[in-house]
Amino acid sequence: MASGSEEGLGLGSEEFDPISAKTDVELLKRAWRNEKASPEILQFQEALVQRAREQTQLSEGTVEEYAEDGTDPLRVSLYQMDLDRTQFLLRSYLRIRLQKIERYMIHISKTELWNRLSKQERKFATSCTDNLGKHLNQSVLSRLPYGYQDILKQSISSEEDDMVPEPQLDTFVFCKSKGSVGSFQLDDVGDEIVDLIADDLYVLRYKSIKALVETGQIDLV
Amino acid sequence: MAGQSDPHLSIFSSAEVEFLAEDEMVEIVPNISMDPLNLLCGNFGPFRPQIATEVPMWLAMALKKRGKCTIRPPEWMSVGKLTQVLEAERDSPREFQPLPFHYVEISRLLFDHAREDIPDVYMVRSLIEDIRDVRFHKVESGLETIAARTHAVKLKNLSAMEVNIVRPFFVRALQAFYKHDSPQMIHQPDTSSRRPQVADRGPRRDLRPR
Repeated sequence: MASGSEEGLGLGSEEFDPISAKTDVELLKRAWRNEKASPEILQFQEALVQRAREQTQLSEGTVEEYAEDGTDPLRVSLYQMDLDRTQFLLRSYLRIRLQKIERYMIHISKTELWNRLSKQERKFATSCTDNLGKHLNQSVLSRLPYGYQDILKQSISSEEDDMVPEPQLDTFVFCKSKGSVGSFQLDDVGDEIVDLIADDLYVLRYKSIKALVETGQIDLV
Repeated sequence: MAGQSDPHLSIFSSAEVEFLAEDEMVEIVPNISMDPLNLLCGNFGPFRPQIATEVPMWLAMALKKRGKCTIRPPEWMSVGKLTQVLEAERDSPREFQPLPFHYVEISRLLFDHAREDIPDVYMVRSLIEDIRDVRFHKVESGLETIAARTHAVKLKNLSAMEVNIVRPFFVRALQAFYKHDSPQMIHQPDTSSRRPQVADRGPRRDLRPR
């Protein structure tokens, strides 16, 4: 039934948390939090979202069944609340990703970030980019003098695409380490070294912990 | 406290922080009988009158609002414990005492919905408010130490709500320092006007060692 996930089942590359086996809801919460707090789009948690979908569907069925067969209304409402909470997480997770895609679609489509999107997200990004391009061409760009009509460049003399919004990886984020990460270097140039021990809370530059967030060693809060 | 001008910097709304806190576990004593609940977020129960059991905050609040249980306030929410924390908090100007990550939200929820279950509720409430004040004062004085070349700020034991409140200001301050400290910002003026820059840039070097 609508229980938490059986640990060890369907362990994709995205969750490997041997210390504390967690329910899918907890994993989803973590994914939601990290996605919300990170400036760039993270890897889509395909297997997790799939499982969460299946579980909420099951739970929806249970709630309906209970509502019909005259189960204690208290019980029904508790199941409903539990379902609402999970659905909120799932929807909010998908929405933040869409917001990020809308903001950085061109950048995402040009970089390896593209591989982090789900199939549907890619479709969304493509059509979004098409629409934006058409709109800008019709309303503004086509009326500008020659040389200033490119959607990606300020003018024809720009060497690279300098009109593409990019996520700011230099920004600072609040993060918490789950286990002891050990010491690691903060900057490519700096001699600054931070020793992260379990449960420490730090404000660091996203760029310097990017890899640790991606491998799940650090959580953003 | 911190400014609100950039909505992207305040990532979580306070409602969302509370949402996260509602998953923290709390002990309740039900006064009804109910079979175990197999929920998406875990299995809880069975519920038997007078037999204590652990459930997430949201479940406890739902039962409490319907008069189906009493809540056992967590251990740290006693006058004795909180007095100790407050003292320690005052004694160590640079460190935060370990409190649950969601202590602000948990205590708030309990004050709002289960005040009759908390012994010495007025005392407990004012202690928690004092603790919050002392901690915020520390955060503020900590902000003063941010300077150029600050790459990391350690805030061990800072709680979720506190993080959320100081985030916009902290991030913007650090970003500003980072930006003005970056080599591009410093070297760029070199090419154009040399003389006036030299005087300006003299003392800058002193900031380097950290």
